Amino acid sequence: MSTRELTFAQAIREALDEELARNENIVLFGEDIGAWGGVFRTTEGLYEKYGPDRVIDTPLSEEGYIGMAVGIAMTGMHPVPEIMFGDFITLAMDQIVNQAAKMRYMTGGQVAVPITIRATMGGGRSSGAQHSQSWHAWFAHVPGLKVVVPSTPYDAKGLLKTALREPNPVLFFEDKVMYHKIKGPVPEEEYLIPFGVADIKREGKDVTIIALSRMVHTALAAAERLAQEGISAEVIDPRTLTPLDEETLIQSVCKTGGAVIVDEGYQRFGVTAELAAVIAKGAFDYLDAPIERVAAMDVPIPFSPPLEFATIPDEERILQAVYRVLEGRRAP
Amino acid sequence: MTDLKTLPIEPNLLIEMYRRMLTIRFFEEAIFDVYRKGWMPGLAHLSDGQEATPVGVCMALRADDTITSTHRGHGHIIAKGGQVEPMMAEVMGKVTGYCRGKGGEMHIADVSLGILGANGIVGGGLGIAAGSAFTAKREGKGRVSVAFFGDGAVNQGLWYETANMAVLWKLPLIYVCENNQYTEFTHWKKLTAGEGLAARARAMGMPGVEVDGNDVVAVYQAARELVEAARRGDGPATLVCHTIRYGGHHVGDPGTAYRTKEEMEEWRKKDSIQRCERLLVESGIFSPQDIEATRSEIEARTQNAVQKARQDPFPPVEEVQEHVYA
Repeated sequence: MSTRELTFAQAIREALDEELARNENIVLFGEDIGAWGGVFRTTEGLYEKYGPDRVIDTPLSEEGYIGMAVGIAMTGMHPVPEIMFGDFITLAMDQIVNQAAKMRYMTGGQVAVPITIRATMGGGRSSGAQHSQSWHAWFAHVPGLKVVVPSTPYDAKGLLKTALREPNPVLFFEDKVMYHKIKGPVPEEEYLIPFGVADIKREGKDVTIIALSRMVHTALAAAERLAQEGISAEVIDPRTLTPLDEETLIQSVCKTGGAVIVDEGYQRFGVTAELAAVIAKGAFDYLDAPIERVAAMDVPIPFSPPLEFATIPDEERILQAVYRVLEGRRAP
Repeated sequence: MTDLKTLPIEPNLLIEMYRRMLTIRFFEEAIFDVYRKGWMPGLAHLSDGQEATPVGVCMALRADDTITSTHRGHGHIIAKGGQVEPMMAEVMGKVTGYCRGKGGEMHIADVSLGILGANGIVGGGLGIAAGSAFTAKREGKGRVSVAFFGDGAVNQGLWYETANMAVLWKLPLIYVCENNQYTEFTHWKKLTAGEGLAARARAMGMPGVEVDGNDVVAVYQAARELVEAARRGDGPATLVCHTIRYGGHHVGDPGTAYRTKEEMEEWRKKDSIQRCERLLVESGIFSPQDIEATRSEIEARTQNAVQKARQDPFPPVEEVQEHVYA
């Protein structure tokens, strides 16, 4: 088994390349994904390799091309529309929520809707309130959709390849801050990662930190500092929200007795709330302290760096949350 | 007297158009009755009065062509070959319905007939229709896609977004606007700037044609020309059919508060089915007895469908979680 280091963007690109080669019914749609190679370079070279009929530059019409993707999927192909900034996905909400997610159900199972919608997420680039949001939780609220939120190049490639073979609509969220900053080992050989299997990114025994996407790396950095203080933190990445591997999360918290949940989406009614509910029910008798949540501050994302960074979970906020859990445990 | 030799279409085709229009009329009248008797849950959006438009368009289509339909969609389903028995069962929420009772009155679909769903979101099916046209072009077998929608949908953004791409990429897509004059309870002219959708279509760079939507032969001829052009690779087109719904927006709305008696009487004079019957008799294709026999046959089948659907079982509750994912 030979392995090389790829960036997050390179891993995504490689998954697209391999699946485009494998299945001629896969077509990519998006704004400047073709001749330009994508503003984040995730489709670089694919236009040259597969041509303008399979790597398609669209007008700025998110509702239009996501809507077309629903019809393309219902007639036997697998479209892969890209939302350049995840914030723009609001323009296509009817087509995702009322059309793609429901067509199979409303027709009593007559059709499948295999669409993979790739969208970016993540702040920290001073891009302002409309180019920085993380909206994955919205789609995890909608029956009929699957939601993937990978954190490493290895996971991104394996999960995207699975998405591109799924018969269902999948929302695939890529943190744009990771594209060129996060590198990791990716095997040369083909592999797939099934949905609904969480990954233990670091084993530990004193506290469980559950994190998604880029926050996994922040949580791992926090765990490293905790180790220096003699605290052993387990870091778990659910990798997919729908389906959700509840069992792995519950087992870990049963072992450690404490849970900190970290997400870059908003806190109110968000991913951290749902995961906290899962743990509260599944590991109730094992919890030694209240569950802690660390998520984006419930304000529009500001432009000015000191303001913006105050809204995004960071190492320090995770550490403080872990300390609160451990303190709670020591209480009588 | 219409001379059979100058009849613009084949007699058998005209007979089939008549039968499908009648089926729609009797189906909608039966639903009205079923609704009033409390035999169906939910709402009912009827299309009696509009029969010539779906039938004229669908008779210009091949079996493998696809359509998307609307909340007022029963006519489209029947015109494309849908059967009244599973339709009636679906309307009543029965397991024998086209969608096993999960779709309902607004969402009848038979994908095997090329019916890619009836949409409860006004204009919501336009993307699906454009997507089907995209696949059709790629397949290269001359298949076309038809999007049915009403006058209300012409002010939805999705029309413009898909029309732009359909023209750019020369997709075999026919936009069929059934202008039944009223967007719910408001006349379309109060809601739509300019000359209407045909003019807007021309501005987008595709043919925009208007036709008497109560004249099934005229609708058929106009549709056929646009459909054949799309099959040849000429790209999309828009057909606006001017028609009327006899009933209200739904069965609970008598449709009288915002339309005058005189206006409706004028429309009744242009009734599509009566016009088709006159054409059949005057050209000697049908005798008045043939007309009577056809009406009786189709009405009886519709009533049987009602009785059968009433006896059919509801879906077992265990099915509620099926079909969420493939």
